Order: sequence, then structure tokens, then C-alpha cells
Amino acid sequence: MDINQKYTPQSWPDHPETATMEGKNKFIGFWLLLAAETVTFATLFATYLALKDKGPSGMEFSAAGLFELPLVFAMTMILLTSSLTSVYAMYHMKNHNFKAMQAWLGITVLLGATFLGLEIYEFNHYLHLGFGFTNSAFSSAFYVLVGTHGAHVLFGLSWFIALMLRNAKRGLNMYNAPKFYLASLYWHFIDVVWVFIFTVVYLMGVIG
Amino acid sequence: MAHDTHIHVRTQSEFEYAKKKRADEMKGHLATFAIMIFLTLIAFTMVAAGFSTYLIVPIILLMAGIQVILQLYYFMHLSGKGHGMVAFFLFCGIFVAFITVLALVTIVWW
Amino acid sequence: MSSIAQKKGFGATIWDFMTTVDHKKIAILYLISGGFFFLVGGIEAMLIRIQLAKAGNDFLSAGLYNEIITMHGTTMIFLASMPLLLAFMNAIMPLQIGARDVAFPFLNSLGFWLFFFGGIFLNLSWFMGGAPDAGWTNYASLALASEGHGIDFYTLGLTISGFGTLIAGINFLVTIINMRAPGMTYMRMPLFTWTTFVASALILLAFPPLTVGLFFMIFDRLFNSSFFVVEMGGNTIIWEHLFWIFGHPEVYILILPAFGIFSEIFAIFSRKRLFGYTALVFATILIGFYGFMVWAHHMFTVGLGPTANAVFALATMIIAVPTGIKIFNWLLTIWGGSISFTVPMIYAVAFIPSFVAGGVTGVMQAIAPLDYQLHDSYFIVAHFHYVIVGGVVLGILAGTHLYWPKMFGTMLSEKLGKWTFWFFFIGFHLTFFIQHFLGLMGMPRRVYTFGADQGWDLFNAISSAGAVFMAIGVIILLVNVVMTTIKNERVGNDPWGDGRTLEWAIPSPPPFYNFAQTPLVRGLDTFWIEKMDGNKKGMIFAEPLGDIHMPNNSIIPFVISLGMFIASFGALYFLDGDKPWALAVLIIGLLITFGSMLVRSLKDDLGFYITKEELLEDAKGGKTDGH
Repeated sequence: MDINQKYTPQSWPDHPETATMEGKNKFIGFWLLLAAETVTFATLFATYLALKDKGPSGMEFSAAGLFELPLVFAMTMILLTSSLTSVYAMYHMKNHNFKAMQAWLGITVLLGATFLGLEIYEFNHYLHLGFGFTNSAFSSAFYVLVGTHGAHVLFGLSWFIALMLRNAKRGLNMYNAPKFYLASLYWHFIDVVWVFIFTVVYLMGVIG
Repeated sequence: MAHDTHIHVRTQSEFEYAKKKRADEMKGHLATFAIMIFLTLIAFTMVAAGFSTYLIVPIILLMAGIQVILQLYYFMHLSGKGHGMVAFFLFCGIFVAFITVLALVTIVWW
Repeated sequence: MSSIAQKKGFGATIWDFMTTVDHKKIAILYLISGGFFFLVGGIEAMLIRIQLAKAGNDFLSAGLYNEIITMHGTTMIFLASMPLLLAFMNAIMPLQIGARDVAFPFLNSLGFWLFFFGGIFLNLSWFMGGAPDAGWTNYASLALASEGHGIDFYTLGLTISGFGTLIAGINFLVTIINMRAPGMTYMRMPLFTWTTFVASALILLAFPPLTVGLFFMIFDRLFNSSFFVVEMGGNTIIWEHLFWIFGHPEVYILILPAFGIFSEIFAIFSRKRLFGYTALVFATILIGFYGFMVWAHHMFTVGLGPTANAVFALATMIIAVPTGIKIFNWLLTIWGGSISFTVPMIYAVAFIPSFVAGGVTGVMQAIAPLDYQLHDSYFIVAHFHYVIVGGVVLGILAGTHLYWPKMFGTMLSEKLGKWTFWFFFIGFHLTFFIQHFLGLMGMPRRVYTFGADQGWDLFNAISSAGAVFMAIGVIILLVNVVMTTIKNERVGNDPWGDGRTLEWAIPSPPPFYNFAQTPLVRGLDTFWIEKMDGNKKGMIFAEPLGDIHMPNNSIIPFVISLGMFIASFGALYFLDGDKPWALAVLIIGLLITFGSMLVRSLKDDLGFYITKEELLEDAKGGKTDGH
């Protein structure tokens, strides 16, 4: 693999992410990591479900009383949309249209950052209500589950930004195409986890 | 491996075909996205409308499941070529995830 | 960098090992550090047996005894057995599938250094205020009540080394999926590669629950959360579940590679193709699969209720079936073979009855009502030592003798090897067989002493005597290693003379690029097929001689791991109050880790090429011991 090899849309392969041995290794390895992440989040969900609404006697907080749906709905829409924009980015990656890919990734990053901002706002709101990390088993489980997801969002954003800046000048090649592809897979995975968070934590929380 | 990348320059018609195929696929992705938004709306609406818990929970879980399948198979191309082994491992992961959740929602407080 | 072998100074050698990404050198690192921790764990075992040698002994205090049993178990499982098996996986598996290296050489190095620093961190607890003392299972009610920082060393140390193991697991999986030589279909892979594959899959899916559980424990102890704190609504049983969801597959992560080593040995030294190769492969996969559905048999007495107990009891018994299939396959491989009783073969033959004994007691404990009797008694101790020592450790010792020539290019002495075997084997049965009866007589595990009127004196004394035999066996092995290294009689490609798989077709030790030309695989037992066809080169080639692409060495994995090591001290002392520097240490450590990760991702590291001319030079000069 030659990093200086220049490609045109005509010579760009159909699946640049798996066209080289290194790319294919990364591709398989990353999917395996996602399998492990699935188990990680399942463990967090399982613990959350076991500890939901559990606290010291006389705890004033419960999922039904605490969570508010409008904010969660906005966050959900933003994250779902960012999933679509990263699909657009990969569409342009496969068309070897670097500028369009960067632009769509930029939008994805903006949406992701908005999501993260809202999550921080939400946590801050709960903290003001007195629902801190050490409040109860319920609060510990809630913050660790949703916070781990938030940390993944933060990592995904940093990954996108690092890739965009690092490759801004040199465009697409066989060396970085797999990296862009994997970052977008990661972003979809974050979305998958959020689908379960808004369903299991918030929606099922509100109905008690 | 020094020689694992062969540069294949496509003919104009091959190129047009591939481009068209990708554009079609992208339209499919847009439709997928519309379905996902729709499912989310239903889930939120059902909760906001205050239906019975026993009705809501299975339905919103089912819709979450459908959304995840859409993400995996359309956005993440899990059915694509060369995904056989990774799909196998992902389903093994989902299996372990399932029994973990099952155990912790059932037998920890018994 | 060139492929020409050079004499190097001591410092340069150390630097080379710190920066290496070569799977064969990383294997040596795993072997040395795993061996070191094996000795540490062994010394702890000896201290336990000295304390229990007679009734009412006061050699160790009760608290220190708790620390020693905890560290013995933790060290032996996480820091000795697993790394030693990872050593063989690293050294042999890529050779068996005809690959030039693992899929991610950089991550391979990172995995090792994470494990290493995690192990060092855990053992530093001895010198920094006391070791963990809640047993290797670290049950939450005990662990949360434990004073001092011992438990925190356990949680943080295992988290770091757990990351390392997870990385190693992913690496091996990708290597096997994607880097097999042409013609090496899944059903032509040697059994050791297959067991590496399944064990890595178990690592992939079993380590996340442990990591999450450890994080809960860290948060509970260091950041005042309340996952396991009952007054705050927490639940201590969650830890037990998470630990055993990991813990039971962990047993198979250990035993499957040992099975793989024995499968290779039976075929080589019976000079026969493995009997029922397909059945062995599917039994391996089945064991891996069932391994995830049986964890609650460690928790029968927790009170999960009759339904849960019955389900897990049945699932546990089912595992005996694929294991039994394997035992019969091995027996039938030996049957009618032209057997040579070399040291590895003796270990393999001794393994069968020892492991079956452990398996049988395992099925006994799977019967939930009986387990209520046996639980927390020495019967359990006897059982799992039969499985782990009689299976895993015998496998590691056999593998050490079998693969030593491939890793170091010189043979361990057969004579001393047999002495090691007999001392170790007799000592092992002497130590642990009698513990079954101690358990049935009512002796509970984890007690630091017992009374003279309880009637356990004699059996405990016998058990302790056995431990001395095992220690002598290990010392003879060390002598063997030193003498072999000093003599340094070089051996050829196939020192055992009957090698069947690809690793025996290339020099011992192999050149750092393993295969000058990628081999073409024509069937199971590739090298044997070529030998039988009279092919003097030992393999046929899938490609012409050409330039080979190799990865560059890097110090970054070491630095990343060092950063996590430093950060762990910060986390450890975070809430102490009198240590305001803790937060700074935590931040500095994380900065080092993430900073070096950033450097890694921003700096292109494209590796280098070995030219065809250098390869030809290498082949002529026979300078095959790397660079």
C-alpha cells in the first residue's frame, strides 16, 4: 500500500475500507470490538434495570418523577439525524468526493456536539435537583449507563475531528479510507445504544 | 504485503453504473431514516398519550429492536459481502448480552 | 533497520524488547513475565501450605493469610496461567497458519505492556499498605468492608491487565480470520489454532462484564457510588453475577488452549493424524458456547431459587459431553500409534486421568443439592486445582517443553524434564487428592488454621508435603532452563522429528518475517503431507520471492501502558483527603496515555520493506535469528 498513491473517482475501488489487508484487518477487528461493546452496554443496562428506583429508604427520586421527555425527544432526533449525515459522508467517501465527505462529517460533528451539550445540561439539571452520582444505587446506575454513552459520543467526536484535521490537506487514500469508515461505524453504534437508552431508560422510566 | 492493492481503473460505463448504484442505495438509506424517525415518533407518542404500561412496553421494545436492525443492516451494511464472520460474532455478543440482561432482571432480587 | 543479524549490547537488547512488535519476541516477554508471576504465585502457595501443615500454626496471621490466598488465586489465574498461554498463542499460532505476524503487531505489544503494568501494579500492593484480602472472587460485601487500599489495587490492576487481554483476544481473532495462508481453510487449521480462536472469542465476550464489574467496584470504593451498597439500594449479588459471567468462561479461556497443546502433542508423538479432528473442533466450539450459560453454578447457595438452580445445573452437566468427546478422541489418537514417550507426551498422558478426575468432581458439584454440602469446603479447592493444575498447568509445562526449541532454538533436557514431571505430578496428586477428603470431613476453604481436635492434621500434613514435591519439580525446571541456555545446542527446523504443522517447517527460532515466501496449504497437517511427498523444502509456496512489508518497532505501547499505571495511583489515592497530589497524578497519567495515543494516530507509521536481496542473503548466510 502506497500512501502517496493518488486516486480518481474512476480508480477508487467499490469498498475502499476493505481493499487492503490492513483495512480488512481493521474492519474485522473493529466489528469484534463492537461485539464486545455490545456486551459492555448490556451489562450496564442489566445493572440499571436491576437497580432502577432503588435507593435508601425514603428516597425522593424515581424515574417516573425525574425524567422529562421533551429534552430526550430533541436529543434523540439530533442523534438519529447525525447518524444519517454520517451515512451521507460515507456515500461521498465511496464516490471519492473528499470535500463533500468532510462537509457532511462536519455537520455530523456539530449535531453530535449539540447532543452532548444537551446531555450535559440534563445532568446539570438533575444535579441541581439533588440527584447526584452518590445519591442512591439508582443514581449511580443511571449516571454510569448514560454517562458511558456520553463518553462514547465524546470519543466519537474527537475521532471524527482528529481524522478531519489530519487528512484535510491530503485527501482520501487507501490508508485513511478505512479509518473514516470505522469512525462512522462507531457513530452508528453509538446511535444503536441510544435507541435502547431512550426506550429503556427514559420511555420505560416515565411510565414507571 | 507489497502487492495486495491492484489499481483498477474502471471504464466510463462501469463507473456510471457504480455511481448510479450508490445513489440508489443512498435513496434507500433516506427511506430507512424516515422509517426510523417514524418509529421513534410512535414510541414517544404512545408514552405521551398514556396508554397502558403492558401495551406500551412490548411495543416500544419491539420498535427499538426494529430500529437497531435497520441501523445494523442498512446503515452499517451488516449483510454486505465479507461480513459473515463479524455478523456471527456480533450475534454471539447479542446472545451474551441477552442472557446477562435476563439474569440481572430476574434472579438478583429473588 | 535491516534483516542482517547483529551483535547487540545489553541495553540495546532491552530497548529492542521494549519496542518490539514481533509476535515471537512478545511471546518471550509473556513467557518471562508469566513465568515470574507463576513463581510469585507458587511462593504464595508454599506459604499457605506451610501455615496449614499443622494444627494451630501461627506462621502467618489471619489477615496476612487472607491476603496471601487472595493474591495466590489472582496471580495464578490472571498473571501466570493466562500470560503463559498467551505466550504460546503468540509464538506458535501465526506460524501454524502461515502468517508473517499477527493482524495488529502494535496492539499486540500494547496488550502485553498493559498486562505487565497491571500485574506489577497489583503486586505493588504488598509494599504499599497491604494486598487485597477478599479472595480472588472479591465478593462485594467483603470487598467493600475491606480497609486500606488492597482491594483498590486489585480492581485497578485487573482493569488494566484486562484491557491488555481483551486487545490480545481481538488480535488473535482477526489474525485467524484474515491472515491464514492460501489453502488454510478453517477445517485445515491445527487444533491449537482452533482452541486459540475459541478462547479468544471467549475473551472477547467475557472480559467486558468483568471490566464493568470492576468499574462498579472502583466507583463504589473510591468515588462513593452505591452499586453494591445495600443501605443505598444497591445489591451485592450483582457483583457475583458479573464476576461469574466472566469467571466461568475464563475457566475455558484457560483450559481450551491447554487442550490445543495436548492435541498437538498426541498427534506428534503418536505419529498419527488426530482421531476425529472434526469432532474435536466442534467439541471446542460447543464448550465455548455452553461456557456462557453455566456461571450460576458457582452461586447455587446464594438462593437463586430451585428453577434457576435446576437450569444451571443441567447446563453444567451438558458441558461434560463435548469434554468427554475430546477425551475419547485423544485416547483413540494414541491407540495404535507409534508412540514415543518424550517429556511433552508424558505430560499429555498424565493429563488425561488427572483432568478427568477434576471433571468428574465438577459434575458432582453440578448437582445443586450436593453442592450445598460441598460449597466452600476443601472439596471445591481440590476440584478446581485438579482442573487448573491437572489441566492448564500440565498443559503449560508440556507446551514449554514442546515449543521451547521453536521459541529459542535449543532443546530442554529430556532427562531433567522427566525429573520435573515426576516430582510435579506426584506432588500434585499428593497435595490435592487428599483435599477431597478434607472437604468431605468438613474442612472449610479459606480458613487460616484449624484445631488439633478436628482430625484434619494428618491429611493437611500430607497435602503440604506434596506441595514441597511440586516446588522441587519447578526448581528442577528452572535448572533445566538455565543449563539448556548455557549449553545452547542449536537445533534444526523439526527438532522432534515428527512435526506435523507449519511451524516445524521453518527454522528454530524462525526469522523475524517467519516465511520468506507464504506457504500454500494442501491439507490438514501441512508439513506432514509435504514430508510424506518427499518435499525437502517442507512446504510449497503460494508466491514468488519478493519484498516483504514489516511493521516498525515502537515505544508508544509501553508509554500508553505506563500512563495508565501512573493514572491508577492517582485514582487509588483520590479520596484519601491527605493526598492532594492524587488528582494531579491521575490527570498526568491520563494525559500521557491519551497523548501518546494521539501521537500514534497523527504520525503515519507505514512500516518498512525487506528487499528480496536481503531475503536471499539471509537464506544463504543462515542468519535467521532476527535483527
